[in-house]
Amino acid sequence: MIRTEEMLLNVGPQHPSTHGVFRIVLKIDGEQIVEATPVIGYLHRGTEKLAEDLQYTQIIPYTDRMDYLAAMTNNYVICHAVETMMDLEVPERAEYLRVLVMELGRIASHLVWFGTYLLDIGAMSPFLYAFREREVIINLLNEISGGRLTFNYMRVGGVKWDAPEGWIDKVRDFVPYMREQLAGYHDLVTGNEIFLARVKGIGKYTKEEALAYSLSGANLRCTGVKWDLRKDEPYSIYDRFDFDIPAREEGDAWSRYQCRMAEIEEALKIIEQAVEQFPDEGKIMAKVPRIIKPPAGETYVRIESPRGEIGCYIASKGKKEPYRLKFRRPSFYNLQILPKLLKGENISNLIAILGGVDIVLGEVDG
Amino acid sequence: MSDEKDKDLNGTEHGEENESNDAETLAEKKTRAVAEAKAKAAELKKKREEEKVVKAGQAEEETQEDAKARAAAEAKARAAELRKKREEEKLAEADEQIESKEDAKARAAAEAKARAAELRKKREAEKSVGSDTVDDTATAKAKAAAAAKAKAEALKKKKEREQAVESVVGDDKASAKAKAAAAAKAKAEALRKKKEREQAAESESGDDAASAKAKAAAAAKAKAEALRKKKEKAAQAGSDDDADDAKAKAAAAAKAKAAALANKRAKEQAGGGATDDEKAKAIAAAKAKAKAAAAARAKGSKTEEAEEEKPSPNQPLLNKYVKVIKEHLGEEVLEDFYINKLAKHVPTLVAKPETFYKLAEFLKRNEQLAFDFLSELHGSDFETHMEVYLYLYSFQNRQPVSLKVKIDRDEPSVDSVTPLWEGANWPEREAYDLLGITFKGHPNLTRIMMPDDWVGHPLRKDYEQYDVEV
Repeated sequence: MIRTEEMLLNVGPQHPSTHGVFRIVLKIDGEQIVEATPVIGYLHRGTEKLAEDLQYTQIIPYTDRMDYLAAMTNNYVICHAVETMMDLEVPERAEYLRVLVMELGRIASHLVWFGTYLLDIGAMSPFLYAFREREVIINLLNEISGGRLTFNYMRVGGVKWDAPEGWIDKVRDFVPYMREQLAGYHDLVTGNEIFLARVKGIGKYTKEEALAYSLSGANLRCTGVKWDLRKDEPYSIYDRFDFDIPAREEGDAWSRYQCRMAEIEEALKIIEQAVEQFPDEGKIMAKVPRIIKPPAGETYVRIESPRGEIGCYIASKGKKEPYRLKFRRPSFYNLQILPKLLKGENISNLIAILGGVDIVLGEVDG
Repeated sequence: MSDEKDKDLNGTEHGEENESNDAETLAEKKTRAVAEAKAKAAELKKKREEEKVVKAGQAEEETQEDAKARAAAEAKARAAELRKKREEEKLAEADEQIESKEDAKARAAAEAKARAAELRKKREAEKSVGSDTVDDTATAKAKAAAAAKAKAEALKKKKEREQAVESVVGDDKASAKAKAAAAAKAKAEALRKKKEREQAAESESGDDAASAKAKAAAAAKAKAEALRKKKEKAAQAGSDDDADDAKAKAAAAAKAKAAALANKRAKEQAGGGATDDEKAKAIAAAKAKAKAAAAARAKGSKTEEAEEEKPSPNQPLLNKYVKVIKEHLGEEVLEDFYINKLAKHVPTLVAKPETFYKLAEFLKRNEQLAFDFLSELHGSDFETHMEVYLYLYSFQNRQPVSLKVKIDRDEPSVDSVTPLWEGANWPEREAYDLLGITFKGHPNLTRIMMPDDWVGHPLRKDYEQYDVEV
């Protein structure tokens, strides 16, 4: 008779595959995971507490540090919340610039996910390709905002900088280039048998579970829910673009991969149209008072970030600082389902499942 | 002629230099000087002309090379260098040309649009419309067509809005009457809306036929169709908004404004067409785009007005929620309910602490409401009280609601909603950690952000950091 004993295994917080500082306490029986307990908070910086002493414009750089892989959407959500409260109309040119940078950011974010996820499960070269293309985007965003990751680009009522000379043409040229590379990724990875064996049927959940766990983004769409706030609750000027919401039915890591790759293609479509419709001139800032004081009351807005639904709640007392600021951070909500997914799994699938959720720890910890 | 003189001068200068440096024969000096001068001339020519000239120059140089080896060698090298550079430039140019041919359509459309936009701005500034840019007959025709189309569009919109206004009046009266009539009202409204929609669809299709006659290419047409659909949606949404407008006056004003806008658009469209090339495709593309812009504008201005006028587009939603809740749970469950105008008009329900869970459960399980998605849960410290804020969404009805509960600040405690939405687990832990709100029935209510041994709850307004040394 072989006697087995449960063992406690600590993964992280300093573990490369957690993409940050994330810890999981695993109870394992042989190679089976009996129980997984995520421990978070290692990157908690108290953004919401800090924001209570800051003016609205001063908060924007803090949002860059939440989801640092797609900071443009974070920038946007707080600006959008304040604009909603103040009932501001943003100039058209600013809206186009916002859409362009947000969609470029979405692609960059998905590229990082694609590269690191494959790195996690043992494929080295896709990482190098993905980061090569991401570098092009980062350079574009650097050119317009002056930052590679923490842009601090948007303002309440518009954007800080206009597009430099020739920038729009560079973005235009980027689209066919990225399409070509994307086809290359599919050749390299998508049909690969080893890859498929690692992701097919792994980390599966149903549509009902996804909804119950408040999942959003590709984590929700992979179960067949066609839900994208850009389409279903259009904000900014997203109602002017023609694009699809990629969704799959299976609800496993493979379908999440497919969704994200298809989203890159959709983002390219939006960029293509935005460049074509881009107004030749116009203001990039609305008329905004120097000190922003939204009316007393509260608001909650939500938009679609690369990781899912990012929301911003502001309670204002009519002062220049928010009384209470709260971000609905998609990674934080999406990660909750992890203990359920890991239960009973083989330990070798741990990283494949965790990576498939696509979290950014800066956002989880807030 | 003067060029030749220059050459000679240059030649003699070089010759003198060479004489003083090394001992070459006079003939050699001369030939070399000539060759150099020729090379320079060729360079100049090349600058003005293109590849052909370069080639000719090269041929010349080559013959020189055969005759006078050393002198020509230098010139040739230089010419070759230059040629290379030119060729590269030419290649790049050719590449660009090919590229531009590839997406000529897109570019043309963009250009057309840009021109239209430019013109629009000019027009707006000068306020002198259309009179200055009448050109040839072809463009005039296009302009007329565009204007007619835009007019038809404006008319259709006007009709739609009128219908909407009608429904406003009726609806308002009904709502002013007894609550008992509410059910009947809803039915009637549904019918009216249905009719409206049908009518809209009809007028839409009529317009479609008209536009089919237009010159627009097949591609442009398809695009326009898609746009129209989008617009139809927008118009419907707009009419929904209007249905709740109390002041018919205001609606009329809005209507007039929108009509004026459409008119303006039409003129602008015509202007855009006038400056365009005779390419029908480009014109069609520009038209489609201008239309899209107009639609977007119209939509924007509409929602703005809806916000200015008091009754919210979501008022019927709120009424529905409240009615269903009161029918099933009694009058006492709700402390308050209102439309939060600052949060995109989300219907907001305020529950009493003791009925909070019951209400949340009802919102989720009731078949009519079915709020199956918890989008957000957090707490706030308002100094007079604590508040838990939930933002729920129903995927079945595609409707949001926000649910709030005000609780005692000294001993904040409320039922956990984790049995209803598993997604509430971590957010409730966060609220507990940062605000000290206790959620009764939570499976694992421990700190999540702060370390386990932390003292106090940082997001409370009276929080002071605990320091061991003080």
